[in-house]
Amino acid sequence: MKLPYLPNHDDSSFFDFISTHHPGLMLSGQGGVSSMSVATTDQGRQGGNLSMPHATTVLAIKYRGGVVIAGDRRATEGFQIADRRIEKVFKIDEWSAMAIAGAAGPCIEMAKLFQTELEHYEKLEGMPLSCEGKANKLGQMVKANLPLAVQGLVVMPLYVGYDLKRAEGRIFKYDLAGGRYEESDYHAIGSGGKDARNTMREHFRRHLSQEDALKLALTALYNAADDDVGTGGPDLVRGIYPTAKCVDAQGITDVADDAIRSAYDGLIATRRSREA
Amino acid sequence: MPMPYYVSPEQMMQDKAEYAKKGIAKGRSIIAMEYVDGVLLTADNPSASLHKVSEIYDNIAFAGAGKYSEFENLRKAGIRHADLKGFMYSREDVTGRSLANGYSQSLGTIFSQEIKPLEVEILVVQVGGNDHPNEIYRISFDGSIIDEKNVAVIGGKAEAVQGALKETGSQSPPTLESALNLCVSALERTTNLKLSSEGLEAAVLDRNRPGRKFRRLSIDDMRRLLAG
Repeated sequence: MKLPYLPNHDDSSFFDFISTHHPGLMLSGQGGVSSMSVATTDQGRQGGNLSMPHATTVLAIKYRGGVVIAGDRRATEGFQIADRRIEKVFKIDEWSAMAIAGAAGPCIEMAKLFQTELEHYEKLEGMPLSCEGKANKLGQMVKANLPLAVQGLVVMPLYVGYDLKRAEGRIFKYDLAGGRYEESDYHAIGSGGKDARNTMREHFRRHLSQEDALKLALTALYNAADDDVGTGGPDLVRGIYPTAKCVDAQGITDVADDAIRSAYDGLIATRRSREA
Repeated sequence: MPMPYYVSPEQMMQDKAEYAKKGIAKGRSIIAMEYVDGVLLTADNPSASLHKVSEIYDNIAFAGAGKYSEFENLRKAGIRHADLKGFMYSREDVTGRSLANGYSQSLGTIFSQEIKPLEVEILVVQVGGNDHPNEIYRISFDGSIIDEKNVAVIGGKAEAVQGALKETGSQSPPTLESALNLCVSALERTTNLKLSSEGLEAAVLDRNRPGRKFRRLSIDDMRRLLAG
């Protein structure tokens, strides 16, 4: 049956639907790579030369019964700070969240597209995708972004979800070609990712409580901000703090600003006493 | 060379309309009723998995009566239309009115151009927030669109159900419990069958829910509401 004013198409993917019928809405614009890609490849590799909001630390840690995901708030453009309050952790649906590193515009757009994709599937099929299915779909979207990544517009997600069947939180990382790898304990990406991973490696234990996992996440972000210019620490003057979300059997919840602020107050007091 | 038979346009339209009406009347009825917190959709539907009522967008729901394959296609097209619009502009720009218009155009064009009209009747329901009224659109097989108030019925013996509801209806919007009871008793009176919770499909658009307002009532929910 053909519906003249509401044309119908066959499958349940919103991503496939707009890439076929509305390519202008895609991240890669009208049909992907243009001829300028070759010219800009080298520049893209050097990364910093492109004046695009970039640089980040986002991380995820598993705890008993769930997973916490957190990110700093700074966006940079070369040596300038482009935004002090940018949100890098996105709720995707009731059971998952994603954090992003890379070029801010395409990153935010991919998060929005992924949200729509999952809701679209759920409504058409009458049931949500599995945790694994969601992670794979995100991999395909990262892969489709490869032409833009070569030009320097990198989108690098970190995905966490609560697997209802296995009753546990899961963490997925990606590479630029869409490769999807599951992490068993914790992971961090972005320019300060390595610094955050170092902190987590020292202090991570299996079956942490949610409170301890959050504290570790915030400490790791603080240390990353200490060593990486691209990562913003807590801004005590303006009252801007990193954001975090927890995903567990109850669904996704935002960690309250007050909880994050008091965790940092404690952390900073400890550090200050060490200096005295 | 033989001439094709001449059929007057009036005759042709009348035949098509009769054909479509017959198909729709064979099915069972669906009721949309406004209650204090939003809109309740109740369907006489023995299947637990083949839904007649479903979610389109944040505050918009869809109900289809008649041929399942045909209204299922309309439902999917509606979800694509809504998600595309919400992605392109903003979530608040997706409206029941524009969706109902799209359905009306599609059904009207198919009715006049195709040999076989669609044997469907659909409802597009939007719950209003911030003192905006609810919107209920009933769209027929020929694309005619009617803006209903308080209550709308499609499919099966729609007129009889509407009559039964009118006798018992009150002016102020009922609670969810009494709305469901009203709907079920109206369906029972017109089918002369006792309907159990397993044979019913019900969902609400509840304006007090955050984000997506659509919620299906489980069998336990319905049992509790009908017993109370």
